[in-house]
Amino acid sequence: MDTTVLAGLTGNIATVGYGLAAIGPGIGIGVLVGKTVEGQARQPEMAGRLQTTMFLGIAFTEALALIGFAAGFVFA
Amino acid sequence: MSVEDSEGGFSPPGIYEFFPVPLIIDGVTYFDRIMLVRLVAMVGLLVLFVLFVNRAKLLPTRFTSTIELMLDLVRTQVAEQILGVKDGRKFLPLLATFFFMIFALNITGVIPLLNIGGTSVIGVPLLLALISYVTFIVVGIKAQGVGGYFKSNLFPPGVPKPLYLLVTPIEFASTFIIRPFSLTIRLLANLIAGHLLLVLCFKSTDYFLGELLSGNAVGGFFLLTLVGGFAFTLFEILVAVLQAYIFTLLTAVYISGALHPEH
Repeated sequence: MDTTVLAGLTGNIATVGYGLAAIGPGIGIGVLVGKTVEGQARQPEMAGRLQTTMFLGIAFTEALALIGFAAGFVFA
Repeated sequence: MSVEDSEGGFSPPGIYEFFPVPLIIDGVTYFDRIMLVRLVAMVGLLVLFVLFVNRAKLLPTRFTSTIELMLDLVRTQVAEQILGVKDGRKFLPLLATFFFMIFALNITGVIPLLNIGGTSVIGVPLLLALISYVTFIVVGIKAQGVGGYFKSNLFPPGVPKPLYLLVTPIEFASTFIIRPFSLTIRLLANLIAGHLLLVLCFKSTDYFLGELLSGNAVGGFFLLTLVGGFAFTLFEILVAVLQAYIFTLLTAVYISGALHPEH
C-alpha cells in the first residue's frame, strides 16, 4: 500500500534541535542570575563572591546549550 | 550540512568557514589562514608583554596600568579568591597564561584583517583543556597520593555504603570525562557561534547592498544587518573576555578541588 504524504517539512533538523536545547539553559541562567541579584541586594558586601559564583554557574549551564549547537554541526 | 539557497544567490555561512584553503608547504605541514592568525596573535602578545616589562616602572603610565589591571584581575579575582594567597601564587603563571592566550586568540575574531578566532577550530581548545586536565589530576595526586586522590573523588565521604554503586560511576564520569570535554566545547562552540553570526551579518549586508544598487527595494534591509553587525562585534568582544575568564576560573576551581577535596 503506497503511503501518501499529506504534509511535509524539509530543512535541517539541527536548527530545531538547537531551539529545543536552548530552552533549559535559558530558564536556568535566568533563575541563576535572578538569585544572584537578589543575594547581592540583600548583602552588598558579598557582591564580589556572588558574582564569581554566578559566572561559574553560567559557564556550566551554558555549556549544555552550546553542546546542542555544536552537535548540529558534528552530525552533519 | 544541507542549507537551502532561500534567497537565490545568497549562500549562508557554513562549517566550511573554518577550513580555509591550506597553504601546504611540503606535503607534511598543514598551514592555513587560521594557523597564520594564531601566529600573528602570538607575536602580538609577546611584543605587548616585552614592551610592558621594559616600561614597568614605579609610576604607572596608561599603557602599563591597563596590562596591570588585567594581570591583577587574574591574580586577585581568580587565583587568590579561589586558591588562597599561597597556592594562588604558585599557579599564577599557568592561570595567567591561559587567560591571556585565550583572550588574544579569541579577540582576533573581531580584528578587521584577521577575522577568525584562533580558538575556532578544535586544536587549541582541546590542547588547553588537556593541559588543564593533566594539571589538576597531577596536582591532586601529588597532594593526596594516588590512592587517596581517587578515593576522595570517586567515593565522596558521607554517603551511605550501598549508594556508592550509583554515585561512583556518576562521579567518575563527571570528574574525569565531562570536565575536559565541557572545557573544550564551551570555548569552541562560543567562538564558532560568534564567528558564524558575524559572517552572516556582514555577508547579508553585502548581499542586500548589492540588491539595493541593482534596484531591488528589499535591499533596504542592509541597514538592519549592518547595525546587527556592529552590535554583534561588541558582543563578540564581551564573549572573548568572558570565555577567557571562565576557562581560567574553572581551571582554578578544579585545581582547588584537587588540592582541598573537603570543600
